[in-house]
Amino acid sequence: MNMHEFLCPPAETARRTGPHDRIVMSSRVRLARNLRGVAFPGWAKKSERVKALEIIRPAVESLPQLTGAYSETMDNLGPLDKQILVERHLISREHAAKSSGSGLVLNKEESLCVMINEEDHLRMQALRPGLQLRQAWLSIDQVDTELERKLDYAFSSELGYLTACPTNLGTGIRVSAMLHLPGLVLAEQITQIISSVNKLNLAVRGLYGEGTEALGNVFQVSNQMTLGEVESEIVERLNKVLLQIIEHEENARAVLLEKKPKIVYNHIGRAYGILANAHSITSKETMNLLSLMRLGVDLGEFPSGERALIDELFVVTQPAHLQKQFTEKLVAEERDLLRADMLRDRLRQVSRPNPRASGPSGAGLDKHN
Amino acid sequence: MLCMLCKQNPAKVHLTHIVKDQMQKVDLCEECAKQKGVNHPSFSPADLLFGLGAAQEIAQAAGGVEIRCPGCGFTQADFKKAGRLGCAQCYHTFAEGLEGLLKTMHKGIKHVGKVPVALRHGRDLNDRLKHLQKKLDKAVTAEDFEQAASLRDEIKSTKDQLDNVPARAVS
Repeated sequence: MNMHEFLCPPAETARRTGPHDRIVMSSRVRLARNLRGVAFPGWAKKSERVKALEIIRPAVESLPQLTGAYSETMDNLGPLDKQILVERHLISREHAAKSSGSGLVLNKEESLCVMINEEDHLRMQALRPGLQLRQAWLSIDQVDTELERKLDYAFSSELGYLTACPTNLGTGIRVSAMLHLPGLVLAEQITQIISSVNKLNLAVRGLYGEGTEALGNVFQVSNQMTLGEVESEIVERLNKVLLQIIEHEENARAVLLEKKPKIVYNHIGRAYGILANAHSITSKETMNLLSLMRLGVDLGEFPSGERALIDELFVVTQPAHLQKQFTEKLVAEERDLLRADMLRDRLRQVSRPNPRASGPSGAGLDKHN
Repeated sequence: MLCMLCKQNPAKVHLTHIVKDQMQKVDLCEECAKQKGVNHPSFSPADLLFGLGAAQEIAQAAGGVEIRCPGCGFTQADFKKAGRLGCAQCYHTFAEGLEGLLKTMHKGIKHVGKVPVALRHGRDLNDRLKHLQKKLDKAVTAEDFEQAASLRDEIKSTKDQLDNVPARAVS
């Protein structure tokens, strides 16, 4: 089946909601597993990798949770398709670089995604909108438990699940959440927050994980230690820290609105002005400005229904998604023009920001928090 | 000290360059160093990933002798190059050198999380066996031969059960 027929339209995924989704864009739990007696993918010969894929892929496909899933080998996906999967956070950039001997199995809801022969033989992840780490953990734990009956995992009673990189050893778990933190960035408190989160041995990364920029004020927070602690404790510890970050972000927003409302309205108004009127705009600028519009929705300057549109634009204005809509190969400058055309068109229906609709009391402050 | 490039993460990579008798110091975080492709003779991916000296620690644990993993042919030099291990057995092959690394990296060096169901059963039996053995020792010391005899039977049946558990663990 064609990947594009299978994938949910971004307009649909952007409408999904979850607890604390004003600030927590998504939750993710991934587990790293390897087969016993087979070299790790980075060291295995191609024939061994292909063999491992042939063992793992049918086992994954046969799971009830993955009935009707999209399953493909990486050599059958073009560079553009792979980049689209990266832009949707379904696969890692490392996995996008893989070819024959690697594969991908993705369920219809895009809530379960299994990468085969990435850095480890198996990288399985559960994804949820908003703050739902526990649910994500339970879901992937179940998948793993069913899979261990079909596959012979490399496991040691001393060191736990054995992984290619010692940083994943033990539980092989990476629990992470993607946070939208424009308030902390505007209030210039983000560096402090990052360094105190780092002190708790948690990592803070940019939009696309390791070594990437925090575009659009989006940050990924995740655990680093995987050995010597039980999975549920790792999940709970991160959950607690995330709730604190949410509180800091809410406070930062409230203080900004009370002390420097003009600065906040100025940022949001200008973001809207540029996005709705530009004729050429880069993907980086787009993300940073969409982030401010998203803040505008949270503060009640735009109707709350517009958040789905903004989240959709976050995805569809990215290079590969944009390229996909046109048959001819576009260079960056051409994309910038087409991106601006798309934004002007889509934002025509959004009325100008209305600062009076918001206030220090935060008309739109998270009600279900 | 913060990274000179991103000014966000703590600097963990410190380089000193001598250019025309002028000393230049650069302090980078691991991510920026990786992005910049910092290339230095004493610098390996393993060092970048796990901190300076990690590759050396693995090499030194062997007392300067090259160790080759019997499972996959991986050596310390390969670890230095890749920053990853070759196969599950490498954890056993390079155990000595890895121990220090794991200590700095993780909360503990003993796995306490999830265990595959098939193995969990085996682990429970092992624990039970140890417990019974202790009780038996006590009974013998106390010359309680009646209890010792029944404990011996229990130990035998536990051992039999354990023999039926698939031995899947690597170590």
